[in-house]
Amino acid sequence: MERRNIEEKIFKGLMLLSTMVILSSLVLILLTVLVKGLPYLSLAMVTQVPQGGYYLGKGGGILNAIVGSLYLAGGATFLAILLSLPVALYLNVYSKSDSKFVSACRFTFDVLCGVPSIVYGAFGFTIMIFFGMRASLLGGIIAIALLIMPMMIRSMDEVIRLVPRELMDASYALGANRWETALKVVVRQSLPGILTSILIAFGRGIGDAAAVIFTAGFTDAIPTSLLRPVATLPLAIFFQLGVPIPEVQGRAYASALILTIMILIISLAARLLSKKLTRHVVK
Amino acid sequence: MKVPMSARRVKDIMASKIMLVLTLAAVALIFFMVAGLYFKSRPILASQPLSELFFSSRWRPFRGEFGFLSFIMGTVWVTGVAVLIAVPLCLLTSIYLSEYANSKVREWVKPLIDILAGIPSVVFGVWGMLVVVPFIKDVVAPFAGVFSTGYSILAGGIVLAIMIFPVIIHVSLEIFRAVPQEVREASLAVGATRWQTIKHVVMRKALPGVAAAVVLGISRAFGETMAVLMVVGNVAKIPHSVLDPAYPLPALIANNYGEMMSIPLYDSALMLAALILLLVVLLFNALSKMILIRVQRSIR
Amino acid sequence: MDYQTHISVQNLNVHYGNQQVLKNITLNIPDRKITAIIGPSGCGKTTLLKSFNRLIDSVEGVKISGRVLVDDENILDPKTEVTHIRKKMGLLLQKPYPLPMSIYDNVAYGPRIHGIKNKKRLDEIVERFLKKASLWDEVKERINQPASMLSVGQQQRLCLARGLAVEPEIILGDEPTSALDPQSSQRIEQTFVELKQDYTIVIVTHILRQARRMADYVVFLYLGELIEHGPAWDIFNHPKQALTREYIKGLIS
Repeated sequence: MERRNIEEKIFKGLMLLSTMVILSSLVLILLTVLVKGLPYLSLAMVTQVPQGGYYLGKGGGILNAIVGSLYLAGGATFLAILLSLPVALYLNVYSKSDSKFVSACRFTFDVLCGVPSIVYGAFGFTIMIFFGMRASLLGGIIAIALLIMPMMIRSMDEVIRLVPRELMDASYALGANRWETALKVVVRQSLPGILTSILIAFGRGIGDAAAVIFTAGFTDAIPTSLLRPVATLPLAIFFQLGVPIPEVQGRAYASALILTIMILIISLAARLLSKKLTRHVVK
Repeated sequence: MKVPMSARRVKDIMASKIMLVLTLAAVALIFFMVAGLYFKSRPILASQPLSELFFSSRWRPFRGEFGFLSFIMGTVWVTGVAVLIAVPLCLLTSIYLSEYANSKVREWVKPLIDILAGIPSVVFGVWGMLVVVPFIKDVVAPFAGVFSTGYSILAGGIVLAIMIFPVIIHVSLEIFRAVPQEVREASLAVGATRWQTIKHVVMRKALPGVAAAVVLGISRAFGETMAVLMVVGNVAKIPHSVLDPAYPLPALIANNYGEMMSIPLYDSALMLAALILLLVVLLFNALSKMILIRVQRSIR
Repeated sequence: MDYQTHISVQNLNVHYGNQQVLKNITLNIPDRKITAIIGPSGCGKTTLLKSFNRLIDSVEGVKISGRVLVDDENILDPKTEVTHIRKKMGLLLQKPYPLPMSIYDNVAYGPRIHGIKNKKRLDEIVERFLKKASLWDEVKERINQPASMLSVGQQQRLCLARGLAVEPEIILGDEPTSALDPQSSQRIEQTFVELKQDYTIVIVTHILRQARRMADYVVFLYLGELIEHGPAWDIFNHPKQALTREYIKGLIS
């Protein structure tokens, strides 16, 4: 066989190997969390808040963290939508397409997307200090909203950008103005994509820990007001892991399993949604 | 005749104004962040010279000594190890997916990579503690003839490498797909094998884009906090080998939020650490994005 | 006129997924002549051309049956090693795609792939084929500059030189002048006419006048079917099929 054919074989082998390594890292992570977490998973875990001595191995669950994470990510997602959707619409409907301004905005949001969550946490913390707030649900919501906003803007922007120019022109030709076109045609046409963006951002919000360390605090109770501190799943996992009691560590694994399942469900939902909700979409 | 402003028209104009303000506010976030963190880090910057902050490894908050060198080196080591592991694997995988795999395989693998990207950082940390740390303690360290608790730069690097797989693969795959098929055909048509075509033509065309993918991966690795913090040991010393523990900047910030208000200048020092992270990441991201914009213009 | 066959196509069928793009094509392509494949766009011209050097292999979901014989070897046989078939055929695409390297390296690319490392020999080859593609005089001063700095017309001639440098017997051109200005097109056409002394040339074109100017032999495809083929003069002056007649008159396109 020729040398170059041998080289081709070797590299193709290496490529297959790399792909396998990368895919098996995913499988390995999911399996580890499943195997380690499943034995400790119980109904109490997801239906009870921590009781006295929970962190010493006594009874209770992490309902506080599950609900807290949902509140926090839900609130942050809501806040982020209020900002992101108008921005994405502005970039695509109101601005001249691909003008310098639009490119500059996209560039900025792209750069913001990569900013680490710990930095958003630190910045959220400075905002809180500025307003004299304490670590609370509201503080966490602000930090997470800032964290997910740039990615939400960019992913909405990408789907809205795909709306055919002709479709918008057709609406203008009927005498609709830009606002009506944006709301009734553009949003409707890109709805599946927009919802997917929202779900992905929501998932990111649930999974993030670094941004809420400073801002959300931690508590064993389910928060009753925006100004109360709130527990989050990732931090609950982190704190339980820090306790050198096997029972508590086991519950940390179970909590990690719960978090992973929640994330998987959300990403699955995002996938299905983008496939299903295409009834009104013009192809 | 002047047409009177209809309610519809007013609505449209109002919407336009509000949206513009929101857009500008969103863009301004970047400046607010830099300004806010700078404002908070002014006390520490005023208290000692920059050289002392960046090139001293003495970290004794109680005595007012804040030398960041160990943390900066910790970050550099962990990021370096992660990139060294991730780049070859990701490049080979992207090339495989782009040049050899058929679209069915691609459509299968892509969602899996997306799932990997969606796994929360804490879960990576848990996995690292359960699998990577014991592996290093019981297998790698004895093999190298040293003692290690397993909580080490290598552990952080491995976990981090897996976390940046999706970023690098996503960007470089897009770049490889953007190389026109005709350029490949031109090379194949003179009798080159596929691998020769990839090596001499596709790679050459995609190189700047691949560089951008790597830079993006570096910047992502740089700021990752929770997963690394859980496996890297958090010892504030300048590391000398990959089996040493380290204490990266993000971990420093996350670990000390509790006591930072009780020691003078401590909170300011942590905000400075966040500012450093922010500036480095902004620089790297901007660099990567600029390369990508250039590549997209020139590749066709 | 007598023709010696160089490429013999026998019962060639090509499917992309469920769609059949070539339907039972059988024809002989004459040696050292210019053969023009004509027909409206989407009729399978390019597919036919690319099945000659098996570049359709890389199209997804492609199914091929039948035989294509070059020098009595069935190149569609899965056992046939593709790189040596491709070495036999130079290819020019619609737009010039210079490789991302210098002018010199573009021409030397093929020979290097096939194992020529001697610098002196490479210099010789580069000069010889740049001359053959009538580009040498324009680029000899700046041979180490990136090929992307050339004009589009020059790039196309560079691609021709690159194809010729692996010493093929056949040149395939897929509408090779469609991206060029009239002058550059003319130069390519001239070069082709000179080259047919030594090479079998097959071009796909949708420009009828170009086919009239250059072709010795014409193949007319319509919706994947071979409607008519024969010497250019016959096809243009006495087409046998009604479809051919209409196409030549410009009634269908």
